[in-house]
Amino acid sequence: MGHTRRKDKETEVIDENLRRVYQDMLDEKVPDRFLDLIAQLRSQEEPSSGGEAQ
Amino acid sequence: MSGDPRDELVDHLPALRAFALSLTRNGAVADDMVQDTLVKAWSKISTFEAGTNMRAWLFTILRNTYYSNRRKAGREVSDSEGIFTESLSEKPAHDGRLQLADFRRAFVKLTDEQREALILVGAQGFSYEDAAETCGVAVGTIKSRVNRARARLTELLNLDEHEGLEMTDQATMAVVTGARPAAR
Repeated sequence: MGHTRRKDKETEVIDENLRRVYQDMLDEKVPDRFLDLIAQLRSQEEPSSGGEAQ
Repeated sequence: MSGDPRDELVDHLPALRAFALSLTRNGAVADDMVQDTLVKAWSKISTFEAGTNMRAWLFTILRNTYYSNRRKAGREVSDSEGIFTESLSEKPAHDGRLQLADFRRAFVKLTDEQREALILVGAQGFSYEDAAETCGVAVGTIKSRVNRARARLTELLNLDEHEGLEMTDQATMAVVTGARPAAR
């Protein structure tokens, strides 16, 4: 029983740290290059390919 | 008819970058992979089934790109000294708590497959089923990768000997009953 509780505790510590590390990454500001890229992809498409809306 | 699913892409950017960084452990490589993923997602949007998990779909594209590059390179393209392990100067622990920098150093030592499974399930909150589908493997494979990843981290971080983790009531009970505390 102590064994199981100990394991649970280890898992809890690992997951807590994991989430903190991940959250730090999520909180980073998304670089403009990606928003620019999406805007560029969109603009390449809209004017040219008027024919295939469906 | 709801709008173009591509309008949603921007909402997934932070998660996509976090996943890329977890996998590649290198900021520059991660961002290149996010860029590739966006371009591919844009052109292959017709293969996305509306109403399904777009984040999982994007992660699949990203990881397939990563593993196919890794195969081409013939080895793990990794930089364990990269941005991922750059520590925010943390103060030493007095209370037995783990330091994030220690955790990061241990985390980057996992295999790519273990890191990926652990991030998807443990941090991103994917179900085992979604994680399995994202990685193109069986549910049991994901479970075993997650378990192995946790076991390896426990070992690397010496959690099984970590005093801060010893639960007081458990230690007390051991003294009272004369039983040996569970060693591992």
